[in-house]
Amino acid sequence: MKKFIITMLIVCGFANTYAQKYMTRTGKVSFHAGTSMEDIDAVSNEAACALDSKEGAVVFQIPIKSFKFRRALMEEHFNENYMESDKYSKAEYKGKVTDVSGVSFGKDGTYNVTTSGKLTIHNVTRDVTVPGTITVKGNDITVAAKFKVKPADYGIEIPSVVKDKIAKEVEIVVNAILAAKK
Amino acid sequence: MRLITAVLLTATVFTTQYAVAQDNKKDKKEQTSKDGDDLMEMLDDDAPAKKSYTTATFKTSRLVNGHSIENTAKGVLDFKVSHRFGEVRDGLYSFFGLDGANTLIGFDYGITDNIMIGISRSTYQKEYEGFTKVKILRQADRNGSPLSLSYMGAISMQTMTAPVLPAGQEYYFSNRLYYVNQLLLARKFNQWISVQLMPTHIHYNLVPTTAEPNDVIAMGVGGRVKLSNRVSFNAEYYYRFTKLNGYFNSLSLGFDIETGGHVFQLMFTNATAITERAFIGQSNSDWANGGIHFGFNISRVFTIVKPKEFRTGGKKW
Repeated sequence: MKKFIITMLIVCGFANTYAQKYMTRTGKVSFHAGTSMEDIDAVSNEAACALDSKEGAVVFQIPIKSFKFRRALMEEHFNENYMESDKYSKAEYKGKVTDVSGVSFGKDGTYNVTTSGKLTIHNVTRDVTVPGTITVKGNDITVAAKFKVKPADYGIEIPSVVKDKIAKEVEIVVNAILAAKK
Repeated sequence: MRLITAVLLTATVFTTQYAVAQDNKKDKKEQTSKDGDDLMEMLDDDAPAKKSYTTATFKTSRLVNGHSIENTAKGVLDFKVSHRFGEVRDGLYSFFGLDGANTLIGFDYGITDNIMIGISRSTYQKEYEGFTKVKILRQADRNGSPLSLSYMGAISMQTMTAPVLPAGQEYYFSNRLYYVNQLLLARKFNQWISVQLMPTHIHYNLVPTTAEPNDVIAMGVGGRVKLSNRVSFNAEYYYRFTKLNGYFNSLSLGFDIETGGHVFQLMFTNATAITERAFIGQSNSDWANGGIHFGFNISRVFTIVKPKEFRTGGKKW
């Protein structure tokens, strides 16, 4: 009888699903917005990202002023004239990894995934679907993705004087290493 | 009896599990967005209190004639060309003053984001000037300093041929030297309006008469109103507390026009010279008398030293 009760209690324990939260504040996000007329590349190493392995929820938060450019004046124009960073200081992504059950967080390996959710840039929110990969290595996971957005979709005005210098579609590259949060 | 207890126990255990699982499924839908919110809250709660400093209080390192609290960025070279023309009321014959011009060519360089230096040569009295501008305080977007404070120090030298003096008198080299000390205090009120105060001290080694002071103390006040993303209206006035005779306080009004790599500053001023010791202390035109001059500054920036994120041989990403 005792053995039976103990066995049942152990079974109960395992019946709950395993959930783990991962986080980083030093994720790398870069973008390429140049054309043949002008090189425009910027990188931020201050992207904050969190992921919940149980439900597959994933969020990103990036301070716009953390993007660094090769030319200081280009960085100033990006913040002052295009992104209006004093008004809208962060870009955010709130989404869900739709096929998170296919990822074994306990097992090292690379898994192709798709996330869908809401991307907010310059105070405009749009639904996006982003394919990417989750690489599990021990207690860390690496979230990587590459996707394109249109500045016009997010209310970013590009004056006609420079319209040939700025790409109609901007490529965004994400590479963040998240550690399991205790 | 044992069998019944066992069955009942198993049933209870599994029913509870099932009930718990159902609860999970029910708020699974709410939990998806809740999880997203939870995660976002987690990021916000843990966020380190990082200070964000105010940027672009002015479009360039000069307000109109004089300095603004902006520094040239680290590793950036700013090539400056300035012209101040003759009096506008001279009319069409001298093309509204354009026939007579004082000009300046200079190079400003940012050693760090907070320290810059500059050298220049202007035609007015064939003057060479070197200056440094150092950021002391930076205005912060939230919980920090409400003001930006910088110090500007300059030494200049006029290189005109020494005058012929009566026998026995010597024309000292130090006669040619001028020293300027300025504090620049500015606040960016919002994305449209910035205001600046410029307490100034200028030392003239040589002044025309013994009655005149060797030190001119002045207070400058100025600001800018942004008219669009790329155009602003700037104004600057220097009031002298101690003065050299025969000169007037300088008032300058102008527009900053910014393009990709240039800032053009167009102005109307009563100052005919460009360096601080000359336009603050020695402007001999008077607005009240119609002594107005058209002038401009052109600024072109070049990146000499790339920021560290871009330095390791080419793009990695």
